[in-house]
Amino acid sequence: MASYSTSEFKSGLKIMMDGDPCAIVENEFVKPGKGQAFNRVKIRNLKTGRVVERTFKSGDTLEAADIVDTDMQYLYSDGEFWHFMVQSTFEQYAAPESAMTEAIKWIKGEEICVVTLWNDAPLSVAPPNFVVLTITETDPGVRGDTSGGGGKPATLETGAVVRVPLFVDTGEQIKVDTRTGEYVSRVKE
Amino acid sequence: MRARILQGIRAFFAERGVLEVDTPALSPAASTDPYLSSFVCEYRPFGAAADVPGVPLYLQTSPEFAMKRLLAAGSGPIYQICKAFRNGESGRCHSPEFTMLEWYRPGFDHHRLMDEVAALVMKVLAVPTVARISYGELFASQTGLDPHCSTVAALQQFCQQQQLSMPLTADDSVDDWLMFVMAEYIEPRLSPAPLLVYDFPSGQAMLARTVERADGIRVAQRFELYAGGLELANGFFELQDAAEQRRRFEVDLIRRQSLGLPAVPMDESLLDALKAGLPECAGVALGVDRLVMLAANMQSIHQVTALSVLGPA
Repeated sequence: MASYSTSEFKSGLKIMMDGDPCAIVENEFVKPGKGQAFNRVKIRNLKTGRVVERTFKSGDTLEAADIVDTDMQYLYSDGEFWHFMVQSTFEQYAAPESAMTEAIKWIKGEEICVVTLWNDAPLSVAPPNFVVLTITETDPGVRGDTSGGGGKPATLETGAVVRVPLFVDTGEQIKVDTRTGEYVSRVKE
Repeated sequence: MRARILQGIRAFFAERGVLEVDTPALSPAASTDPYLSSFVCEYRPFGAAADVPGVPLYLQTSPEFAMKRLLAAGSGPIYQICKAFRNGESGRCHSPEFTMLEWYRPGFDHHRLMDEVAALVMKVLAVPTVARISYGELFASQTGLDPHCSTVAALQQFCQQQQLSMPLTADDSVDDWLMFVMAEYIEPRLSPAPLLVYDFPSGQAMLARTVERADGIRVAQRFELYAGGLELANGFFELQDAAEQRRRFEVDLIRRQSLGLPAVPMDESLLDALKAGLPECAGVALGVDRLVMLAANMQSIHQVTALSVLGPA
């Protein structure tokens, strides 16, 4: 595998550190006027999500991580694994719960997700930015209330709970932003 | 704002009878400092055949050598606002080309020059005072270690205790370790108010004189100005001894070789000038972009320069 020098570190670069796949978040060049140059680097561990700060001598290298983001269609879950398929090749991948994390709340099937593969195994799964889901349970709608002002919790078919405006009813479909977990709009069939 | 600060600097020196000079940025010699990388250009006379190599000329990393030659020729007190070039340096507070203010005061030692640096900074940054502390006291107060007598092992242990991320190893020099602790541990803990730090470990003397303190410890008569967590200026009570200067250049060149860095020609004209007699003087170089950045309350020098060489870092 190739390696990268501190001079090539930029936000988003995937590297290996302490045996874990990581992504560079920020790279700051630090140099005392009369001394050695350093790079103060913020690095996100892609397994744990934790961000650590490390200092390297300028010119130090880290091994590249074999990380690929691939669009895949979500097929189904067997309870232990979530199964995805690359639509162009029909290749299938099974993601464990540790890779799914938040994504579980937003997908019901057929969505196109971004699956991050590390050494060809799913490391993390990002749901689409917007999903359309049916409300399975919420307090009865209030007519006339056309916009904001308070709102109420609504349970969606995937089990996720989001705040929705008062006029939205059980059985309706709504669009949700998965990055913030917020209601966007109602969706008419 | 930048224009006003530059005007203010010029007025400051005009009032004090310091002459503005303008020396060449290109030179056949370069800084030997292993941690500075000079840009190399090639001079080719018009009409020269394509296969005849040109004469390498180096862009100055600071106007120090040229200005010392003027001092030796009897210029009296001088200052210069010019571009300095350092290859490979790019970041929030670094640019490969930057503006430097450098000035020399014959008859001053580094303490008198610190008075003048403080006066200039108080004027530009509109601060009431500039505190002063010796390197030894600062280091001891932050780490409990005496930098003038500490060992690599002690510094390594300190960094381990503080859980600092350490890119250095036991093979690196004490001075590398000291500079690392300074940059990674002490500087981030300094208050943003300007602070003058003086009397550095003798291994970091560069072009400063060294002197034996009453307790027998040799220190470099060098100072740095810190402000806003940044190194803003570096000054020396200048070394006058040509033989000692040559020895330091040679040590640098050997170190460059061991680090696999390109050899550079040392500045023989500077050594000749020292031999002819550099007046007793103190000199300091100050990063103008950083000064403007602090005065304007910005986060990056690229916000206070009209254009940026490599684009935003």
